[in-house]
This record gives sequence, structure tokens and C-alpha cells, in this order.
Amino acid sequence: MAGKIVLCRCEDMTLADLEHSVERGYRDIEEVKRYTGFGTGPCQGKECLAAVAIQLARLTQRPPAEIPPFTSRPPLAPTPLRLLARDPAAHIFPDEES
Amino acid sequence: MIAGNEDDDVDLDENAPRADASGVIRMPATLEATGPVPERCEIAIIGGGVVGLAIAYYLASLDVTDVVVIERGYLAEGASGRNGGGVRQQWSTEINIRLMQESVELCRRFAVDVGVNVWFRQGGYLFLARSAKEVARLEKNIDLQNRCGVATRMLAPEKAQDIVPELDLTGIVGASFNPSDGILFPWPFLWGYARQAAAMGARIFTQTPVHGLEPAAGGGYVVHTTRGNVRARRVINATGSWSPLVAKHIGVEVPTWPIRHEICSSEPLKPFLRPMVSELASGLYCSQSMRGEIVGGVTVPGHGSTYGMGSTLEFLATYARRLTRLMPILGDIKILRQWAGPYDQSPDGNPILGPAPGHPDFFLACGFVGHGFMMAPIVGKLYAEWLAGGEPHEIFSRYTLSRFTDGSGSSHPKEDFNIG
Repeated sequence: MAGKIVLCRCEDMTLADLEHSVERGYRDIEEVKRYTGFGTGPCQGKECLAAVAIQLARLTQRPPAEIPPFTSRPPLAPTPLRLLARDPAAHIFPDEES
Repeated sequence: MIAGNEDDDVDLDENAPRADASGVIRMPATLEATGPVPERCEIAIIGGGVVGLAIAYYLASLDVTDVVVIERGYLAEGASGRNGGGVRQQWSTEINIRLMQESVELCRRFAVDVGVNVWFRQGGYLFLARSAKEVARLEKNIDLQNRCGVATRMLAPEKAQDIVPELDLTGIVGASFNPSDGILFPWPFLWGYARQAAAMGARIFTQTPVHGLEPAAGGGYVVHTTRGNVRARRVINATGSWSPLVAKHIGVEVPTWPIRHEICSSEPLKPFLRPMVSELASGLYCSQSMRGEIVGGVTVPGHGSTYGMGSTLEFLATYARRLTRLMPILGDIKILRQWAGPYDQSPDGNPILGPAPGHPDFFLACGFVGHGFMMAPIVGKLYAEWLAGGEPHEIFSRYTLSRFTDGSGSSHPKEDFNIG
């Protein structure tokens, strides 16, 4: 059954995957992210993080308050390279100066 | 046994976990995230990154299993979990070229030897030059690489475009290409080493900061951790950029410093990019992982020494600017996330290995300048063979800590190809 409960839709991560991760000792939410791939797809955890965290709390018998969210990574939403490339924050290398 | 696979000559792991009656695979725990460390051990490895775990794995393979790995946080928390996964043999010194030839071979065998798929893919490394000076630098290195048996060759820009049709050749004057360089997925490397080392008897403690280290009466060291003290006959400091802080506990000065490097990943795309592509002028590099993501970075100068791992818009904008200039067709590809990790910068660009002066049982394995991941397989193997009683490889007499103070380092060439 746990193999059919999807926690992360972007990366097809199930409750069984989470159980497997915890059994091997990968119990930190950052480790679970790396071991299962959850939260690394287009939503970057916006849809799945809470679902995984509550199940992780249950499986490791910790109060939910002890499970912090994984580090939030910029950009806020998937952003095309061509927009970023026009940003004035870019460093200009000597070979681009004219 | 997989049906119809009986004649396969690949030696499958007999100890690999099997599904139970309900179809669920139950695995033994690899990591000890709770509970006290043992009172004693033969070898304590501080740092659960790829270097420390490689040493633990190869030690266990040689029946040295009274080994404790002590990791401050979670596995892959440091640079081992933050790098681009490149594995190349295009270096500027003979010793590093030869080391990396052996590392590539170990990567090729990793899935069979260690039982974990690390998605190793040999699509080559393509270095692009935008000036005659950069071409000369590549040609000099190629000459040495060829003498070592690495098949790197210089390519005209048009030939580079045969390999990567998406390149805009404006301003490109030459390229070097070695088809047997490659990329891998870093995290499973750690899981594989950890799982096998633990299965053979080593113990791996995560979430265990070391807050003290002192010589023990009668020899060895006492390692103070948040989960108790462990007395070890020998200690290996494999904490990457944090090595100076660990060594300082016993008064050993390690002259490396952390340099933050940023990196980012795109949305997954259908496979199209075969080699790792790197541009000397900016330190830009990018490759396509087996997940389809374009993973890459660029060297933004001037951030100085920091343990900070924050992300900047400056990096993302610079990367986007350089990458879309080199491959304009990538302009519509979306970046999903960016992160950062520290390079453990050493004064001469080479690692620091072997015991510290005055501390014959305190060993260093640091200063890899952003290339510890690709060097870890061979360095871990050579380290273990030596600690298990074998003869020390040349790297242990050359890459000493004392080379920075006794002048012995000046007789060897500096590594100047720490790029990408």
C-alpha cells in the first residue's frame, strides 16, 4: 500500500520510498531529499514538503516541530536563462569588455 | 536471481537485499544517527564526505574494520553533496593525470564493485579556448596527457561543434577534448561506500559534531564528540574545508581556506549534451546529468574566504549570461535551483595527505580545491592500502603538509588546471 501513496508527484516518491530511506538511517529531511529525490522537481518542494515532513515525523517518532523544512533554494519559481542573462547583477569578464 | 540472467558474467552482490513476502525490500541501517560512539577504535575518520567514506570502504575491503566515521551533520552535507560530479583526466601535472586515470577506472567499476548505480557516463570533457594563450595552455597539457596515455586531442572550433552542435563558435579559437572523461551522480557514491563499509563492520555516525581532539596518554587520540568520546590509535582528518578547524585542536596548522563556489540545476531535458563543456575564460562549465538536468557553474571572482553557503543573483546572472552566449539555444531553459559549496583551497592547488609533522598518527586528507570528489576513489584506495600495512604511494611523500614549511614543495610543479 505504501508503495502506492505518492508523496512527491514531480519525482514519483512514495511513502514506501520514505520508509526505505528511514530504515537505512537517512532520517534528516535534507538526507531524505537527497536519498529519494523528493522536492527536486519543478515545484521544488512547494507541494510535497509538508506531506513528507509529517510522515517523517511519524516514522521517526519525533514531534513535527522538530522537522525543519529543507533549505529553500532560489529562484522562487523556474526561471528562463535568457531572463537571468539580462540581469545587471552579472559579472562581466575581460573578454566581454569592448 | 533475475530470470533469464543466469549466464550474466557480472558478479551480482550476494548480500543485496531481497524483497520480503509482501514485496517490500527491507534494508539494514547503514548510518547510526543516534546512540553513543564506541569508547575505542583503531582508526577514527573525521568527516563523512566522499574522501572519508572512500578510505573507510577500502580499509574495510582490506579487513581493517575497527573503523569509526564521524560526520558532523548528514551524509553529503559538505562539498561532497554540492559538486558537479565531473571526473576528468585533463590535468597539468603527470601525477594528477595518472591518479585520475586510475580514478576513472574505479568509477567505471563502481556499480559492480560497490553495488550502487552512480550513473557514471563517459561523454568526455570539452575545454574551450577564446585566446591563443589559452590554446597554448591546453596544448602544453595535452602533450603531457598523451605521454601518460590519455587520448586528449586539440580540436578546431568546427570539430568541437561536431561534438556539441549547439555551440556558438563566435570567439572560440580552439578546444581540447578527451572522450574518456565523464560525469557521475555524487550522492549514490557516498551511499555505496557507506553501505559497503558498514556491511563489512565499519561504523558510521551522522549528526555527530567533533568538538575536541587531544593526544591520549599512551598513544593515539581522544576524539570528543557530542555523543561521547572515542579513543583512536589513528585519526584521519577528512573534513574538507573544515580541516584547519579540526587540526587546530591539536595545534596543527593546515594552510587551506574555503572558497565558496555556486552551482545550479535546470529543469530536466531530453538527452542532447554528451560532454562536460567548460570555457577557460570564465570557468563556466555545464553538463547534462542522467536525470536530464543541465548542471553547471561559473567562477565569479572576489568572494574571498568564507564558509558561507548562501546563493547570489550575481552568480545566477553571470552563469546565464555566459551559458547563453556560448549556447544561445539554451535561453528558454529554466533554472530550478541554485546552491553553493566550499572549495578547500590549498596554496599550490594540490591536496594535503599523510601525517602532520610531529603527529605520526594524525593524518590529513584535505586541500583538494574542488576536485576531491573525482580524486577520492583512488586516494581512498591508496590511503587504505598504506594504512593497512602496504607501502606508501608517491602521493604521501609528495603531498605532505610539511612541503609548505620545509621547501620540499618548490621542487614539484604546481597544479594550475583547477577549473570546472
